Amino acid sequence: MANSDSATIDLVHSQRKKGYELFVMGVLILCSLVAVAVTVGIVLSLLFEAFRFFERIPLTEFLFGTQWSPQTALRADQVAAEGAFGAVPLITGTLLISFIAMCVATPLGLLSAIYLSEYASKRSRNLIKPALEILAGIPTVVYGFFAALTVAPLLRAGGESVGLDVSSESALAAGLVMGMMIIPLISSLSDDVINAVPQAMRDASLGMGATHSETIRKVVLPSAVPGIAGSLLLAASRAIGETMIVVMAAGLAANLTANPLEAVTTITAQIVALLTGDQEFDSAKTLSAFALGLVLFVTTLVLNVVALRIVRKYQEQYD
Amino acid sequence: MSKTAIISAKDVDVFYGEKQALNKINLDIPENKVTSLIGPSGCGKSTFLRSINRMNDLVDICRVEGSITIKGQDIYAPEVDVVALRAKVGMVFQKPNPFPKSIYENVAYGPKIHGLAKSKTDMDELVEWSLIKAGLWKEVKDRLDQPGTGLSGGQQQRLCIARTIAVKPQVVLMDEPCSALDPIATAIIEELIDELRNNFTIVIVTHSMQQAARVSQRTAFFHLGELVESGATKSIFTSPEDERTQNYIMGRIG
Repeated sequence: MANSDSATIDLVHSQRKKGYELFVMGVLILCSLVAVAVTVGIVLSLLFEAFRFFERIPLTEFLFGTQWSPQTALRADQVAAEGAFGAVPLITGTLLISFIAMCVATPLGLLSAIYLSEYASKRSRNLIKPALEILAGIPTVVYGFFAALTVAPLLRAGGESVGLDVSSESALAAGLVMGMMIIPLISSLSDDVINAVPQAMRDASLGMGATHSETIRKVVLPSAVPGIAGSLLLAASRAIGETMIVVMAAGLAANLTANPLEAVTTITAQIVALLTGDQEFDSAKTLSAFALGLVLFVTTLVLNVVALRIVRKYQEQYD
Repeated sequence: MSKTAIISAKDVDVFYGEKQALNKINLDIPENKVTSLIGPSGCGKSTFLRSINRMNDLVDICRVEGSITIKGQDIYAPEVDVVALRAKVGMVFQKPNPFPKSIYENVAYGPKIHGLAKSKTDMDELVEWSLIKAGLWKEVKDRLDQPGTGLSGGQQQRLCIARTIAVKPQVVLMDEPCSALDPIATAIIEELIDELRNNFTIVIVTHSMQQAARVSQRTAFFHLGELVESGATKSIFTSPEDERTQNYIMGRIG
């Protein structure tokens, strides 16, 4: 009733707040732009420096050459002063190690996800899930020296006892440990997608007299396949980009081999090797790191985009 | 009690943890008839339905006491295999829940796991028989390879019925099978239920008293975990003995 005697309502003073709102919005936009700007900057610098590299070394030689020995010339007139920049051994090395890692992590991660989501009692779930999360929280450098100082010597000793020649820095050691590292990634993502399969599907199957394992095999897993595939792709992308483990355990010898017992090197390990220590900034050797980085970036980007798209499409299916 | 009873519940108590959901239920369900379970929400009718094929086993904290027999066999006896029980006592759920597979695969799912068809021709015949029985054959016979999830709600529910009867159960439990459907789809399913009772014993939980009156021959009224009254549908609806039944039917409670 108190307001009824004033004929007009004050609509003007709220303008004062408008300036503040704009200010807040501006600050928020600026903050979010930082991330975008950094991303764009990194991509541009990758592209730019890689382009400078390809001015010296042809793209075809980089992508298809099988020799990798980025030497820096000691004398200006040295033969092959610029070294060889064929990235094939690095790419195959990366793929070999990632493949071994996926061979380890896919069954272990997937099966533990099935156990956790379908069989585990609340108590064991509460025990195992945190344990898996701890696995995910171990710094990769720790995995790295675990691979180099524990797993690799074990493999070497084991190989010797059966007469196999295992290199002390083998793809197998790095791959095995990397597999351990990505288990939690696969298991927690797969656990989520398996849980997202509606209970009604399980009820329908169980209600028809299917056993628990039949229900999982014939109804739950087929429904969850796209999501599981997505989680595997994400894990693969993580494996390909992983650095510390391979730096410490896989070695730097650019061998072109499919033998997991030999030492191989990876794109990431080479980038580290190229850029540690004092470097001439515009030598082909330094610039090649950018070219390698670009290859890595494009690969993992494509994998991530495809994986996320698959996972998202799958999630929509049941909304 | 009655000689034609296929299912017989004696002093059935069901608990969810500490909470008692059903209290001393005694009910006989006659063969080849439709028995409807009615009552307000939370009265325990769905719980009772789910005890008949032991779907309650899936709930960790659920405990069933007393005895439920099917053709004289105690279904909670330790030697009973729930898998075999559920093959004999099928279930249709509230929301249509076809598998994300083809129409054919949906119907063939049960027969496959139970090894009911010896050859592809056997399976084709069984799938056709089930879809005909479920009144869906004419609508889908040209697109059996298409996903079951692409059908309309009413068709999906009939697909679920076809899937259930493909296993040739003796009893079909239906948990509010029409509550997610429009009136036309509901009418089709109700007609279907009436035909299905020639081959199967049907127990249906429903919130709609009109539906209970239309499709069932026997009705049991549940209230607050107790079985208040059961008998021929006609007499339950015209001359209920208990005041609570009368109030519910008149729309005064629930």
